[in-house]
Amino acid sequence: MRYIPNTDADCRQMLDAIGVRSVGDLFADIPGAVRLKRPLRIPPALSEADLAKHLRSLAAKNADADRYVSFLGAGCYNHFTPAIIGHLISRGEFLTAYTPYQPEISQGTLQAMYEYQTLICQLTGMEVSNASMYEGASATAEAILMAHRVTGRNEVVVARSVHPEYRQVTHTYARQIDLTFHEVGFTPAGTADLKQAKALLGDRTACLVVQNPNFFGVVEDLAELGEAAHAVGALLVVAVAEPVSLGLLKPPGECGADIVAGEGQALGVPMSFGGPYLGLFATQEKFMRQMPGRLVGATQDREGRTGYVLTLATREQHIRREKATSNICTSEALIALIATIYMETLGKNGLKEVALQNLRNAAYAKERLAKVRGCSLKFSGPTFSEFVLQVKRKPADVLRGLLRKQIIGGLDLSRFYPELKDCLLVCVTEQNSREEIEALAKAMGGGR
Amino acid sequence: MSGTTVGTRGLVFNEPLIFEQGSPGREGYSLPASDVPEKKAERLIPKKLLRDEIPGFPEVSEVDVVRHFTRMSQWNYGIDLGFYPLGSCTMKYNPRMNEDMARLPGFARAHPYQPEALSQGALQLLWELEQYLAEICGMDRVSLQPSAGAHGELTGIMLIRAYHTSKGNPRKKILIPDSAHGTNPASSAVCGYQVIPVKSGAHGVVEPQAVAEVMDDEVAGIMLTNPNTLGIFEDYIVDIAKIVHGKGGQVYCDGANLNAFVGIARPGDMGIDVIQLNVHKTFSTPHGGGGPGAGPVAMKRHLAPFSPVPTVEKKGNQFTLNYDLPKSIGKVRSFYGSFGVLLRAYTYIRTLGPTGLRRAAEVAVINANYILTQLKGAYHLPYDRYCKHECVFDDALQVPDNVKTLDIAKRLMDYGFHPPTIYFPLIVHGALMIEPTETESKETIDQFIAAMQAIAREAKESGDLVRGAPHYPRVGRMDETKAARQPNLRWRPKPPGS
Repeated sequence: MRYIPNTDADCRQMLDAIGVRSVGDLFADIPGAVRLKRPLRIPPALSEADLAKHLRSLAAKNADADRYVSFLGAGCYNHFTPAIIGHLISRGEFLTAYTPYQPEISQGTLQAMYEYQTLICQLTGMEVSNASMYEGASATAEAILMAHRVTGRNEVVVARSVHPEYRQVTHTYARQIDLTFHEVGFTPAGTADLKQAKALLGDRTACLVVQNPNFFGVVEDLAELGEAAHAVGALLVVAVAEPVSLGLLKPPGECGADIVAGEGQALGVPMSFGGPYLGLFATQEKFMRQMPGRLVGATQDREGRTGYVLTLATREQHIRREKATSNICTSEALIALIATIYMETLGKNGLKEVALQNLRNAAYAKERLAKVRGCSLKFSGPTFSEFVLQVKRKPADVLRGLLRKQIIGGLDLSRFYPELKDCLLVCVTEQNSREEIEALAKAMGGGR
Repeated sequence: MSGTTVGTRGLVFNEPLIFEQGSPGREGYSLPASDVPEKKAERLIPKKLLRDEIPGFPEVSEVDVVRHFTRMSQWNYGIDLGFYPLGSCTMKYNPRMNEDMARLPGFARAHPYQPEALSQGALQLLWELEQYLAEICGMDRVSLQPSAGAHGELTGIMLIRAYHTSKGNPRKKILIPDSAHGTNPASSAVCGYQVIPVKSGAHGVVEPQAVAEVMDDEVAGIMLTNPNTLGIFEDYIVDIAKIVHGKGGQVYCDGANLNAFVGIARPGDMGIDVIQLNVHKTFSTPHGGGGPGAGPVAMKRHLAPFSPVPTVEKKGNQFTLNYDLPKSIGKVRSFYGSFGVLLRAYTYIRTLGPTGLRRAAEVAVINANYILTQLKGAYHLPYDRYCKHECVFDDALQVPDNVKTLDIAKRLMDYGFHPPTIYFPLIVHGALMIEPTETESKETIDQFIAAMQAIAREAKESGDLVRGAPHYPRVGRMDETKAARQPNLRWRPKPPGS
C-alpha cells in the first residue's frame, strides 16, 4: 500500500518493542461481540491508473461549464479564475497544514488570513471580518444567532428575496432555540417591500435580513432598510451571495449593515457541484467579541518581530465549551486562501472591471431577451448579473429545449417560488460572450 | 541533536503585507475585451447605490502575487515537510491523486443546479460514497451534507432533538464526558441543550455507573468520543448504550477518532445511533490550514426520516436528489455538501479498499503504541495502558526542572517536527497528545522519539535552551496576550506624515 510505509517486517520490529505478540493484542480492549469478523463490504482496491479512469468516466457523465453554455447562477457563479490560484494553493505548506495553532511555524497561513480579513473588510466596508465560515447559508444562520445574542430578542424579519436555501438553513438553526420568523415580500421592482418590513419590525426584532444583490439579482437600497431596522433597535444583516458585485456596488458597511454574511464562492472558487465554498462573516468592532469563528491578529514575538496569531479565542468552543459564540472549528481556510489570491490578483481595478463586465453582459442579455416573443422582464428594479425572465411556455419546457442546443438556460423559479412559476432566473457573467447571449436569445425564439 | 532531523533556518525571505507593496495602476489580471455595449455603470444602477473604488485594495502584478504566497508558504509547516503528530487531528498523508481528481472539469466545473440528468456522475459518486461510509460505520443511512466535524455534530444533535420531539418531548440535557472535544458541548448548546458533564473513571474511560447516576428521562442522549481523547477505547460502550437506551436516550459518537478502528469494529454494532465522520482526518483529505473539511453523519434507520434534505437515491439506473422527507430537520447548508472534499474521500476509499483501510487502522495503532512504549520513562504517562491511535503523556517529570509542556512543544520545532496537541484533553494536566497515523515510517517515528528523548535530557541539563525555544523558525514565541488585549485584526493605511 503506497500510503503506508511500514512493511510487515517493520511492524514486527515495532510489535516486539511494544512487547505484544500480534497486532490483535492491541485491540484486545474492543469487546469480542462487537468486533467485525469479516472484511468490509466495499469494492477492492484499485490501482492509481484504474481509479483515475473510473473517476474520469464519472466526471464525463456530468455537464460542465466548458462543454455547455451556462446561464446558471443562483448562489454559484461561473467566473474566470487565474491559473496561479491552482498552483499556489497546491503548495504542500498551505495544503497540508493544520489549523495554525503553533504560530511560529504557521506564519504563512496566518499572514494570508490576516490579509483575507483585511480584504473582506475593504470589500464590504465593515470593520472586522473573521477568517471564514463554512458557506453562505450557514454563515447567514450564524449571523441571525449572533443578532439574537447581541439584542437578546427572539424575532427575525427576513426578506423573501433572500436565497431560498439560505432561508431554509436559517430556519433549521433557529428552530433549535425557538426563534420566530416573519417574511417580507417583494415589490414589482423585485426589491424587499420596505413598507411591509416596517410593519413587521418591532421591539422584539433581533434583526432584519436582506440579500444584496438579492436572489432575483435586483440591487436593494440597503440604507433605507438599515434605517428601518435601527429605528426599532434591530440589527441589519446583509447576505451577499455574489461578492464580485462589490467591485461596483456601495458596500453594506456604508449603508448601515451591522453584520455581513455570505458566500465567497464567486471570488475564484470552483463551482464543484456545490462545495466546498466559503462563508463570509464581517461585522462592526463593537460586536467583535460576539462573533463566531476564527480571528487572526497581529502581534510581536519576544524579539519585537511582527507576526500573527489566532486570537480572541475566549469566544471559541475549545476554551468556552458550551458558552462559546458558536460550535464552529474547522472552517474553510484553503478556500479563503483562494479568495485572497483572487482578490489580490484582480486587485483594485480588476475586481471593478470584472464587476462591470458582469453588469454590462447581463444588461445586454436582459435587453436582448426582453425583446424575444413570449419573454418579458418580471421586475423593474436595477439588476447586477442576474435577472428574472417571465416566459409564456412552461419554464421546464423552455429549459429542455435549450439543452438540446447545449445551453443551460437558467433556473426554473417554480422550484422555490410558486408565485413565480412562469419565471426563469438568468445569470450572465464575464464568461458569457456576446455570441453566447445571442445563441440563447435565438434558441428562445428571438431570431437575428 | 545528532541523529535526528534538524530544523534549519535555511533561506527564508521576509515578505511584507500585500497592502504595503505594488504601485497605482499595476495589474495582475487579464480579462477578455468586452464585446457588448460599454455602458457606464451609472446608466444601469442608480449612482447612490454604487461605490467609488475599493480603498486599500492591492495593485500588484502576477509575479508579485506568486512570489508573495510562495515566500509566505515557506513559513509554514505541513505534512509534506515532515511528521505532524497532532493528537485527535489524524494528520495523515494527503494523496495528490485525490487533488487531481477533484480538478477534473466534470467535477470542478459542474454547477449544483444543473439538471439531474446531466449530473449523474456526481450523484453516483455521492450515492456510492454513502454506501461505503454506511458499511464502514455499520449504519443504515449517511447524510453527506455537513461541512466539517463540528457541523456534523450539530446535525447529529439536531437529529436526536427531532427524534425526541416527534415522540412529544425534545428533552433538556445531553451527557458529555469531561474528556470530550470542546465542539461537543458547544454543538449541544447551539441546539438549546443543557450539558451535563460525566467524569471519566480511574482507567481513563467512562464507567456505566457514572452514566446511570445522571441518566433520566430528560436526557436526550450522550455524546461519546470513541476511542476517547486519551486514545483509549471506551470498552464499556455497549453497557453504556444499554443504560442510555433504557431511558429512551440516544447515543451519539464523535467519530473524530475513527481512524483507530476502521474495518476492525463498527460504531453501529456497539449500540451507537449516530456518528459524524471527519473526512479530513480519517479519509485523508487535506486540512488546508483549517479547512475545507466535510462531516458526513451516519445514522441508524430510526433517525433517517429526520435526515437533512436532500438525500441521494438510486431509482433503477438513475440517481436523484430527494427533497421529500416530511420529518426532515431541513437543510443544514446550501446545495449538497462539500462535494469536492467528499470526492477526495471517495478516491481514498477506492484506493485502499477493505484490506487497505483495515491495514491503515492497524498500523496507526502499532505506531502509536510504539511511541507510547519508547517514550515511557522519559515522559510521564498518566494512563499506563495500551492505546489506540494516539497516546497522551504529560510534563510531570519535567515540571520539577521548570520545563513545561509548552516548552517541550516549542523545542520540537527546532528538531524539525510539528508539536503534538498540547493541554488537551483537559483532564490531563499539561497533556502532550501524540497521534502518528499510519502514513509515517518507523525511521521517521524513531527520529521523533530520539528528539523527544533529547528534549527530556535538555530539560534536566539546559532548561533555558528549552524554555527559549523555538530558536530556528522565522519568528519566536508570540505575545498572545497583547494580541487579545489590543486586537489588530486588519491592516489599515498609516496616517499621513507618520
